[in-house]
Amino acid sequence: MIPRHARAIALSLLPVISLPAGAAPSGWRQLNLPVGVTSISRDAYDLHMLAIYVCILIGIAVFGAMIYAMINFRKSKGAVADRTLTHSTKAEVIWTAIPAFILIFLAWQTVPALIHIEDTRDSDMTIRITGYQWKWHYEYMGEGVSFYSALGERSNTARQRNAALRPAEVDHYLLEVDEVLVLPVGAKIRYLISANDVIHAWWVPELGIKRDAIPGFINEGWFRIDQPGTYRGQCAELCGKDHGFMPIVVEALPPEEFAAWLAARRPAAQAALASSQP
Amino acid sequence: MSDTTHHGPPTGIRRWLFTTNHKDIGTLYLVFSLVMLFVGGAMAMIIRLELFQPGLQFVNPEFFNQMTTLHALVMVFGMIMPAFAGFANWMVPLMIGAPDMALPRLNNFSFWILPFAALMLVSTLFMPGGGPASGWTLYPPLVLQTGDAFPFVIFSVHLLGISSILAAINIIVTIMNMRTPDMPLLKMPLFVWTWLITAYLLILVMPVLAGAVTMLFTDQFFGTSFFQAAGGGDPVLFQHIFWFFGHPEVYIIILPSFGIISQIIPTFSRKPLFGHDSMVYATASIAFLSCIVWAHHMFTVGMPLAGQLYFMLSTMLIAIPTGVKIFNWTATMWRGSLSFETPMLFAIAFLFLFTFGGFSGVMMALTPADIQYHDSYFIVAHFHYVLVPGAMFAAIAGVYYWLPKWTGHMYDERLGKIHFWLSAISVNLTFFPQHFVGLAGMPRRIPDYALQFADLNAFMSIGGFLFGLSQLLFLWGVVRCMRGIGDKATDRVWEGAQGLEWEVPSPAPYHTFDTPPVVK
Ligand SMILES: [Cu+2]
Repeated sequence: MIPRHARAIALSLLPVISLPAGAAPSGWRQLNLPVGVTSISRDAYDLHMLAIYVCILIGIAVFGAMIYAMINFRKSKGAVADRTLTHSTKAEVIWTAIPAFILIFLAWQTVPALIHIEDTRDSDMTIRITGYQWKWHYEYMGEGVSFYSALGERSNTARQRNAALRPAEVDHYLLEVDEVLVLPVGAKIRYLISANDVIHAWWVPELGIKRDAIPGFINEGWFRIDQPGTYRGQCAELCGKDHGFMPIVVEALPPEEFAAWLAARRPAAQAALASSQP
Repeated sequence: MSDTTHHGPPTGIRRWLFTTNHKDIGTLYLVFSLVMLFVGGAMAMIIRLELFQPGLQFVNPEFFNQMTTLHALVMVFGMIMPAFAGFANWMVPLMIGAPDMALPRLNNFSFWILPFAALMLVSTLFMPGGGPASGWTLYPPLVLQTGDAFPFVIFSVHLLGISSILAAINIIVTIMNMRTPDMPLLKMPLFVWTWLITAYLLILVMPVLAGAVTMLFTDQFFGTSFFQAAGGGDPVLFQHIFWFFGHPEVYIIILPSFGIISQIIPTFSRKPLFGHDSMVYATASIAFLSCIVWAHHMFTVGMPLAGQLYFMLSTMLIAIPTGVKIFNWTATMWRGSLSFETPMLFAIAFLFLFTFGGFSGVMMALTPADIQYHDSYFIVAHFHYVLVPGAMFAAIAGVYYWLPKWTGHMYDERLGKIHFWLSAISVNLTFFPQHFVGLAGMPRRIPDYALQFADLNAFMSIGGFLFGLSQLLFLWGVVRCMRGIGDKATDRVWEGAQGLEWEVPSPAPYHTFDTPPVVK
């Protein structure tokens, strides 16, 4: 978590981010990092905006000085070079020290967020994610529920060369799957991630999660989704020819609806369903 | 000073094949680099063409991945590194008052490895299974799925590495031993300094890359398991070794750029470089830091918290010496007498746009935010800003700056300015929107994308085509000078030029500094 006072500083820097999320122009929001629906994604967003504002301030100073020099010290305007201005210990100490302080400030803002990301204790449930060339496999640990999740059929048709179906005709082109990963809102979800063949990376921007899936090794992380909704992402690590075609769709449900969904997917329920439909 | 040509060069192809003359070899490097610019550029055009619209119109995903991989390898190892080696060959002896490089035959050898290595690399496209498609980072296990091309890729990386190491040895020996007697180390021009430090970096990290790809090779053909979990290895080990090479490699590309900019800005400000010694120390600090920050390329692999903290904080430190450089260049212009010929225009664009790329670099050092940026187009935007309007603009600035000295003819200033403005505008049209599609969630290295990225991708492609076409003006401008078209250049060429290279005639005679010159 980023300390409150840091948020306050960030907020006071420019009024734009203090607007409620809904008030920001939607075009701009689509071109920026999403604020997202987890504490991890919000920390990333806050740091991102803080860094942008720091960079804008430095940029105004540095680019301003460059532009001032280019306008005022032109030979065509009769400027004569001051060939003695080749050294100034005072200036050099200042422009070494100021960036150092800015960096210390940024580091101080960042470290707590980083520690927060790595705190996987006290989780409510665990899912296991496995990357394959070119689909994902999800397992709800201890529930006996698992399935593959691959690119949706309409996207898969439209993405072929000379396809009859055009990408524009497909809802959520390349960001839809045949089976979505359903998760509860409010629970601390721990994930274990690995891969079966090559390295993949599971990235859902609105969850603030990107973690490599490495064959033979298991990575661990967590997130807690605050709002019901559908969140889309993609494999982020080049994994072969269909790297661009193994999306991720997470559907976050209120806890009761999730419990009902999970119960219906348990092996016993599936067996009962099968036997009741001869 | 003697401009005798008592044993002038042989003529025809033999001159170029057997030459041991630093100027000839410098020219060979630069011409080779220019050719590779258009080879790598053509690949970029194919990439931008496919990304112009959603859906797949022109190439298959397999071929697209080969294009991204080879575009990077060709541009890094075939274009920008040889370009700076060419500058070093031409300018280091002229700047330190040496008659030639210290090891001329080695010099010939290190150049002539290059065309064969590059040819082998590009020829992999025509092999069964196609060229390498794993990205230039060659991560296993994916790279082990390469077809027949695999051993050829490894071998060409070895050859390119050998060429770089030999060139680096030559440059170090030359700088250490061949300086005119009254040039102590701290009196050396900054271009020479940056190359000296770069050469040490090359010798430090190129063997590491060679080791990494050799381990890939034995994993593939001799049953080792360095990077295969099934045999007790670790795929992430490769990433550590690769980036131990890969991060210093970034500075191997950018330090000579700093050197060129540090020559050009004083000339067109008519004022000595501000803080010469602190520039040297900043360069050395950057080189040192570049060797201890490699895993900031790997914040999503699942490193321990302590490792992430260390690599985050050490990475942030690089901003300090880099900042010193930017401020010193600005201070060099301060109270100067500025004029804006083409080399200066490119140098100023470098100053602005490299700094801009540095800003996104600082953002990426912040691990929790970098987890979002990693492997997205935001990263693509960042490294293209530091490599294209950064390193490549510095190289172009250097060509315009020294071309009159090399050929004896001034380039066409109007053509140069048109080339500059087209390049400076289109490079931003191409790469600036990449920040936004990246933040909005577009991963890198994908041949097709979701519809919300369509408009900006079309825009970027048009920018990319414009940038590609603009470089034909550069080619034309250079060829004109090489063919002797254009005004005769004076010895000093630029009013504010300082340094030994401007004391010799233009074009620089085949042999210079038979006796050590006096530094004024
Ligand atoms: Cu994948």
